[in-house]
Amino acid sequence: MTSPRLELRSISKLYGSFRANDGISLSVAPGEIHALLGENGAGKSTLMKIVDGAIAADDGEILWDGQPVDIANPAAARRLGIEMVHQHFALFETATVAENIALAVSGKYDLKALSTRIADLSRRYGMPLDPARPVRDLSVGERQRVEILRSLMGAPKLLILDEPTAVLAPDAIGKLFDMLRRLAADGCGILFVSHKLEEIRALCHGATILRGGKVVGHADPRDTSAAELARMMVGAAPPALSHPAAIAEGKPRFEAIGLSAPAEGPFGAVLESVSFSLKGGEILGIAGVSGNGQGELLALLGGERRSASDMVWLDGEPVGHLGVASRRARGLALVPEERLGRATAPDLSLADNLLLTSHGGLVRGGLIERGKCADSAAEVIARLSVACSGPAALARSLSGGNLQKFIVGREMALAPRVLILSQPTWGVDIAAALFIRQSLIDLSRAGAAILVISEDLDELFELSDRIAVLHRGHLSKAEPATALDRGRVGLLMGGSAA
Amino acid sequence: MKRLVLERRAAPLAWMRLGAPLLAVALTLLAAGLLVRLLGRDPWETFTIFFVTPLSTLYGLSEWLLRASPLILIGLGFTVALRANVWNIGAEGMFVVGAVAATVPALAFGDDHPVWLLPLMMLAGTLGGMAWAAIPAFLKTRANVNEILVTLMMNYVAGLLLSYLVNGPLRDPAGFNYPQSAPFDASAQFAPFGDAVRLNGSILITLAALPLTWLLLERSFLGYRMTVSGAAPAAARYAGFGQAGLVWAGLLISGGASGLAGMMEVAGPLGQLPLSVSPGYGFAAIIVAFVGRLKPLGIGLGGLLLSLLYLGGEAAQMSLGLPTAMTRIFQGALLFFLLGADILITHRLRWRDR
Repeated sequence: MTSPRLELRSISKLYGSFRANDGISLSVAPGEIHALLGENGAGKSTLMKIVDGAIAADDGEILWDGQPVDIANPAAARRLGIEMVHQHFALFETATVAENIALAVSGKYDLKALSTRIADLSRRYGMPLDPARPVRDLSVGERQRVEILRSLMGAPKLLILDEPTAVLAPDAIGKLFDMLRRLAADGCGILFVSHKLEEIRALCHGATILRGGKVVGHADPRDTSAAELARMMVGAAPPALSHPAAIAEGKPRFEAIGLSAPAEGPFGAVLESVSFSLKGGEILGIAGVSGNGQGELLALLGGERRSASDMVWLDGEPVGHLGVASRRARGLALVPEERLGRATAPDLSLADNLLLTSHGGLVRGGLIERGKCADSAAEVIARLSVACSGPAALARSLSGGNLQKFIVGREMALAPRVLILSQPTWGVDIAAALFIRQSLIDLSRAGAAILVISEDLDELFELSDRIAVLHRGHLSKAEPATALDRGRVGLLMGGSAA
Repeated sequence: MKRLVLERRAAPLAWMRLGAPLLAVALTLLAAGLLVRLLGRDPWETFTIFFVTPLSTLYGLSEWLLRASPLILIGLGFTVALRANVWNIGAEGMFVVGAVAATVPALAFGDDHPVWLLPLMMLAGTLGGMAWAAIPAFLKTRANVNEILVTLMMNYVAGLLLSYLVNGPLRDPAGFNYPQSAPFDASAQFAPFGDAVRLNGSILITLAALPLTWLLLERSFLGYRMTVSGAAPAAARYAGFGQAGLVWAGLLISGGASGLAGMMEVAGPLGQLPLSVSPGYGFAAIIVAFVGRLKPLGIGLGGLLLSLLYLGGEAAQMSLGLPTAMTRIFQGALLFFLLGADILITHRLRWRDR
């Protein structure tokens, strides 16, 4: 038997007294697609950073093709043939797709030849991408394509993917899987990190399950049920969502009527006559691959961008001409997809970040009531069970899922009449995602109107009472979620009228 | 083979935030000592004259506080603007325009001097600095023109304006053509605390500005909005904080403080408007703000340090014949070493195997 491509033996890593990795062993054979499963905080990120050379293990051994190696830094990992696609992107906003990729490619700097290669690769793997576009104009989904393409440039022997499907549409996921299978068939080992158990079962040959920094089990996902995998990962069976029928009555709470907007910048999307109507007590889901106008729609609905006054209506009044502050004052709350830097200021404490949108009763005579801020933040932390050191913790110190719980909790505490969310559980672990979704359902059943913009169909079908699809700036008619099937939504997302 | 590498620390080192300025002061002294040595002077004697002699008399102590006062006031304003990520490099110009604006009413009233002349001058100085700051604020918010370039260049415009005025409309008719205004009447000046000192009541303005700035930065909603706008602009837009208003607030507060400092100078130790109204206070205050870690209390201490450098430089010039450029060298070296030492807050030096 040939030796594994990558073998980890008793890898341990301590942060202070906290054991992020505790004696982790696993191996990935050439051509194997191996899943690394675990909740946020289970130690997956730490382990991947060790393999990628970004941090050094305190203990343990790494074997590469059977030989002990010391991966001192990411460049050394590159030389071995280890490439990583990060969940949080490391792209230069102002540079183009080709320029970003050129940074990762050694050899002569020839942007023209590289652009041709990028275009070829992106076509071959069904990930359309214009090499000349600046990254700042790309959606989250498109940025991930850049990351994936970049890692493929060096013909890797081991590819690590961190939550790669979180932002992809169903057909794009299918294409990604085809590509990964082809890559594996060529002998490339793949380490696949995901929470989506069905996907792991469809794609992976082996799985290592982590919990609390330790390996709690190995499984062959092809013949292990999703429920069993989830139980190993969480330590208990996850609860099912309770989703009582919507009681949407009365006048429309939040409406867009013929909302159109020209593209902002040369690569922005155009919105063409988007219309929907949302009542209190119901959840409307807007599906679609990002880059089809989601960012523009969010900005126009939230007030960061303005339109003609009669294009957006709140409680029967035109608000299209109003800015963010006025719309918030009328009971609109919003959770954008960028958690750090937009929904929160990374270097401010949670108490300070609470003040970002909840300054109503916390400012008196121009001065901030610090004590009340901390109390309110502590309430949100307790209600949403946010794992953190307390209201004084910096926003950047929280994991993605916990920060998102805090943000959603902060907006919910405002008792909004309308709550708009974009990608509310992207990259959030199962337990936290379930918690957030249940909280949203409860909020809507208590009378709030909720609009969810997402690329994640699982999420949309779990949450929504009605679903519409946004494609190239057009919004389809919203239909009851129970009457829709995924295949049809997937086709609409891809632009085929079914 | 080992080599020295800079490694990012897992978390910023808290005590180094305070240690870096001390390290910078130590390195500045070391470098300056070497320089003095090369000039053929005894470093100990020079340091004594620089740092001890000025503080050994009542007059010296009064001068120390007198010089520190404008540095601190301008440094506080600079820090407020910087919170909104507005770099006001134009305090020197705002100081000059504030001094000019305060001079106009001081001269206009001649022999008839109402009791509210001094408050009027304070208002004029503040508004003058604000007016000068309004130009970069307008350009920044309307046309997104970089405020660093505009404020920097406006310094030279202010210098030329001053030069024109003290050589023209504001020149003292009885001043033998010297480029300076007529001396102010006593009612247009802050009265010194005593016959032997020049320190006056204007120091109270600076003393009041210290806690007020702290309140603004750490406790007020305006300061909070500026902080968010500076640290995470997208979060400020998301929260609906109007960014243009915060840029205006930052520049007007900074300009007002600088203009008021200019008024305190002409209505205080100078008693008239000379061409050389500022010995570079507007620029030195930037060093004060950074040495003071952009915190009000620190800025107070930083102002005292830079003030001592001014006094020491003059004393060394008089008793040792060292060039006045020594003061500038001290200031430059201090900022240089401070910025260098700051990296130790987030990074550490380590020997690593090649």
